[in-house]
Amino acid sequence: MQIYLPIAEISVNVFLILGMGGAVGLLSGMFGVGGGFLITPMLVFLGVPPPVAVGTGANEIVATSVSSVITQLRRGNVDLRMGTVLTVGGFIGSAVGVWLFSLLKAVGQIDLVIGLCYVIFLSIIGGLMGWESMPGEIRRRLGAAPPTAQTRGPGRHTWIHGLPFKMRFHKSKLYISAIMPLALGFVVGILAAIMGVGGGFIMVPAMIYILGMPTQVAIGTSLFQIIFVTATTTFLQATVNQTVDVVLAILLLIGGVVGAQLGTRIAAKMQSERLRLLLALLVLGMAVQLAADLVIRPAELFSFTGAAK
Amino acid sequence: MIRAVLIAWLAAGAAHAQEAPLVADVSENLVAITTGFTGKEVLLFGATDGPGDIAIVVKGPARDITVRKKGRVGPLWVNRDEVTFRDVPSFYRIASSRPLEEFAPPNLLSRFQIGTGNIRLEPAGETELAPEALAEYRTALVRLKTGQRLYDEGLGAVNTTSNRLFRTRILFPSNVPTGTYFVEVYLFRNGTVAAAEIVPFNISKIGFGAEVYDFAHNFAAIYGLLAIALAVGAGWAASAAFRRT
Repeated sequence: MQIYLPIAEISVNVFLILGMGGAVGLLSGMFGVGGGFLITPMLVFLGVPPPVAVGTGANEIVATSVSSVITQLRRGNVDLRMGTVLTVGGFIGSAVGVWLFSLLKAVGQIDLVIGLCYVIFLSIIGGLMGWESMPGEIRRRLGAAPPTAQTRGPGRHTWIHGLPFKMRFHKSKLYISAIMPLALGFVVGILAAIMGVGGGFIMVPAMIYILGMPTQVAIGTSLFQIIFVTATTTFLQATVNQTVDVVLAILLLIGGVVGAQLGTRIAAKMQSERLRLLLALLVLGMAVQLAADLVIRPAELFSFTGAAK
Repeated sequence: MIRAVLIAWLAAGAAHAQEAPLVADVSENLVAITTGFTGKEVLLFGATDGPGDIAIVVKGPARDITVRKKGRVGPLWVNRDEVTFRDVPSFYRIASSRPLEEFAPPNLLSRFQIGTGNIRLEPAGETELAPEALAEYRTALVRLKTGQRLYDEGLGAVNTTSNRLFRTRILFPSNVPTGTYFVEVYLFRNGTVAAAEIVPFNISKIGFGAEVYDFAHNFAAIYGLLAIALAVGAGWAASAAFRRT
């Protein structure tokens, strides 16, 4: 069954999009990632124009984050104060990101920037996840220390604690400068706007290792602020670039919601380390593929963009 | 410009014959892109006042198109040079009753832009590129458009009956641009254009899809807020459903 997407201006198979949303939702439910970094390249591969894929991807992540954050709130894993500071940074970042996006689109380098961002961040997330999920034995043999209280958790004192504008964050058990979470929110906001991702995969490690937040609270709070960042991105992409396709977003949502439910059930029955290692390999594989596209001489050197008059 | 030339041809033709030597029409004056749109076939038909050969050119709405060429910067392949062509037909098809070279001299094919090699692609403003480099951009544009099924270098068949009636089918793929289309019909006799006719028609989004598109462009802020509200609602509904099970 084909459906015509009014903004993307192509017709796609309904079941293919539902399946894609479902597959990404499944991964999201299984591995606890947002899935935006998978959905955008997949949409582009289907022939959706990259700007529409980015804008619509952000819209879809709003929904998945809302659904997860409600559960996290119930469990008391959301630091609302920290989330608010991150969100303020994120708002500014999104605005800068959308502006940067339309600038790069006009210059003709948007594909390069999106491609580079993906290669860099997919490598980082894939590497981190692969490393973290590797059985402890192999890691020890490779000569690395297991994560201890030295590298994470409250009580560590670094240059971050010397910054001004200190604030107390009760849920996170932190008393640190507001500048750090503001800057973190800003960076993630820019990425969300350019790549159409929530940025959770950068946010969560940064909150744990740089800010020193407890893992559960980091995940819950990250999801909370992602709602606002992706909502801002959706709004700005809709107003500045008109690149949010609600028909496409609805199809992705339906699949994603069902997939996520199945995913959490499957994950409960499987060994999580092995699961994460598999995802890490998938992500690294995508990074290698995208890097190859940038470095190897393309078969077609030309491309075109047309403007309606 | 081309239309002025055609009108002159028509006027000249009218002076010779009392009856119109060529009439043509399409089966649909409006091709509607609805939610279920997967492409559409339109029938073009007409009649002539005697023997002759028919050539048909279908052109989509004109756009300014920027063609970019990738080059090496360090280890990366990035877009480096670009040329903007003015008033490029967004869609292009040709069809004829016989192979073109059997009845039409090259200068006329060129003048009436019959054939993808004859589409006039003029750069907007000054360009520093050499003519050979510019030609490379032109062929690249035709190649890319052909790859997207928006151009077709092949020649469609025009069926004729009793040297009087003719018809052909024009297939529009699902990614067809919207706007006003022109079908140009040429009647060739003895190596010249004996008559010409232009049939306009529209391709536009209709119904739900059109409303979404118009809304997204005319009320962008409200559209954005609605998209967010929809996502929040869906997320909330999902978590509520999830809690119950």
